Amino acid sequence: MSFERTQEKLKILADAAKYDVSCSSSGSNRKNSNKGLGDASGMGICHSYTEDGRCVSLLKILLTNYCIFDCAYCVTRKSNDIKRAAFKVQEVVDLTINFYRRNYIEGLFLSSGIFKSADYTMERLVAVAKKLRLEENFNGYIHLKSIPGASDELMREAGLYADRLSVNIEIPTESGLKRLAPDKNREDFIKPMVKVKNEIIQYKAEKKVIKSTPKYAPAGQSTQMIIGASGENDFQIMQTSNHFYKQFNLKRVYYSGYVPISYDERLPQIGSAVPMLRENRLYQTDWLMRFYGFDVSEILNQQHQNLDLDIDPKLSWALRNLHEFPVDVNTADKRMLARIPGLGMRSVHKILNARRFRRLNWEHLKKIGLALNRAQYFIVCDSHIFERRDLSSEKIKGLILQNSTSKYQKTLSNQLSLFA
Amino acid sequence: MKHKNLRYDGTFDGFLTAVFTVFEQKLTQVDLQKESDLQGGLFSEIEIIITDESKANRVWKGIKSKLSPQGSYQLYYAFLSEQDGVEALLLDYITYAFASDENVDKDYSHPSILKIAQIAKMVGREKHRMEAFVRFKLTKDDVYFANIEPDFNVLPLISKHFKNRYADQKWMIYDIKRQYGLYYDLQTVSLMQMYLPKDFNFTKTDENYFAAEDLDFQTLWQDYFKSTNIASRKNMKLHVRHVPKRYWKYLSEKQPN
Ligand code: SF4
Repeated sequence: MSFERTQEKLKILADAAKYDVSCSSSGSNRKNSNKGLGDASGMGICHSYTEDGRCVSLLKILLTNYCIFDCAYCVTRKSNDIKRAAFKVQEVVDLTINFYRRNYIEGLFLSSGIFKSADYTMERLVAVAKKLRLEENFNGYIHLKSIPGASDELMREAGLYADRLSVNIEIPTESGLKRLAPDKNREDFIKPMVKVKNEIIQYKAEKKVIKSTPKYAPAGQSTQMIIGASGENDFQIMQTSNHFYKQFNLKRVYYSGYVPISYDERLPQIGSAVPMLRENRLYQTDWLMRFYGFDVSEILNQQHQNLDLDIDPKLSWALRNLHEFPVDVNTADKRMLARIPGLGMRSVHKILNARRFRRLNWEHLKKIGLALNRAQYFIVCDSHIFERRDLSSEKIKGLILQNSTSKYQKTLSNQLSLFA
Repeated sequence: MKHKNLRYDGTFDGFLTAVFTVFEQKLTQVDLQKESDLQGGLFSEIEIIITDESKANRVWKGIKSKLSPQGSYQLYYAFLSEQDGVEALLLDYITYAFASDENVDKDYSHPSILKIAQIAKMVGREKHRMEAFVRFKLTKDDVYFANIEPDFNVLPLISKHFKNRYADQKWMIYDIKRQYGLYYDLQTVSLMQMYLPKDFNFTKTDENYFAAEDLDFQTLWQDYFKSTNIASRKNMKLHVRHVPKRYWKYLSEKQPN
């Protein structure tokens, strides 16, 4: 390949792909059993981090940034005056293999603008994955974008070579989508998602009977929503998210704070801040939902439509539900331990392990490495000293905020002053 | 009882043999030391331990029967930290484990167990970092070569990972600090020593040794690294936390160009 030409394409097509925040390379179970190249059976590795602190684990590029559509929030949109480029299938294969052999990456994340038609585009994405698997014996991670509107046949093939497939719904509400991406309709996103979901279920069932059944998208499906581009509130976002998790068995929903890229008046203007703190709160909520046993309606509902920016969603829930506390760390069940503000699941397991040996007091809790700044107001242990004052939610919140320096403090004060 | 100073050869088997000796002679006042750390107590009796695989295996088997697989691994990880005084902690832990009826590896309120778990965690983190930060360069003889300078002796821990992953290419990972490396010849991984010219520069890609195309791929990777960054989200503090500066030296994406 001509080095200069490839270099230029790579710059353009990596730049255009970077707004997709998903970089996960975990969750597959593809082993290197054919003495080929690569192994995607472990936890994905971050081989580097960008200067914005995000994991670099996959070669994340577009096959092309030519696009027939004009979605307002997207740099690749038809009406945007930018340099365009397109990789050949073989170029992507060569780059992936050579990066992988040098231990730069865990694999490939290939997306694309839609050129000509959905199927024409999807066909080429599948061709890349197929070549990697069949010609190069590649067992590294492959994430392909499902192009909205692609045929069932192509989606079926895609799953045979890819570890993960994803369709980005991008805009959390249907009305927002209509306004910002008039060429697209929700059906087109849903169709490939449904197909992939059904294939996964079917392959799994067959695998139980016939061991040699090939893998089908072993790392499942994911999607992404852009936050702060279309005026939706957190309640709407998390409801959509919850719906997609449940309806399509998604592995992950990603939330991507909108990075202003145009002067389109339907959108936040260039120069306005990326809502990073809000994005972070949504991820926290997502985790509470998936790993901490919370129902989304406990955190967001009609009365409480937006997440607090100054405190995390678990603390916020606890302050609204003081009647559930204090929790006795020596006797409480796992579900309740997981609800203590400031304690992650790792801390919960530490407590469960340590209390097998002795009843725990404050000293023990500190020794096993628990952060008690927030938790102390919500627990009792084997000690006579505990928070006896009958504190109100407001008071507790004040005490906690006083003693913590949030890494987001700066962003926070900026964003708060914007709303003030 | 007199204070004893057991000197072993620095290997894990050597260490386990020394532990065997401690139990055999019922020593209570004892120091375990690598031969290379020459700082004997003035008033202690010195005994040189000769590594004995069968004794080492007996101790290791005993440990494994007392602890969960994860617990025994932690001991090995902590050993590889090569930290001052880690032998004493390990010995304390092992003695406690042998004396208890129950599996104690989660008993973090025991100071040595907590400490070992913490050290093992640091070593584990370094292992993961090396799995992430190794950057191979293709040599003229078709070997993918990487050099590392890890804080702890993690080569034995990363061997399997690279063998699984790069089964169809020859590769070599060299620890500059400890002056030995791993070499995979498409069949097995072996330990190797390397004799390099004095002026060999590990941060450069010398054309006498490396394939010309390698610089092209390094450039493409650097470009990629820049393009994939979102400037308006820049957060150097977070960046440096994930990729501490001491590792930058050998990361192609962090080289000035
Ligand atoms: S179809 Fe995809 S690439 Fe094209 S403008 Fe819309 S979001 Fe961008």
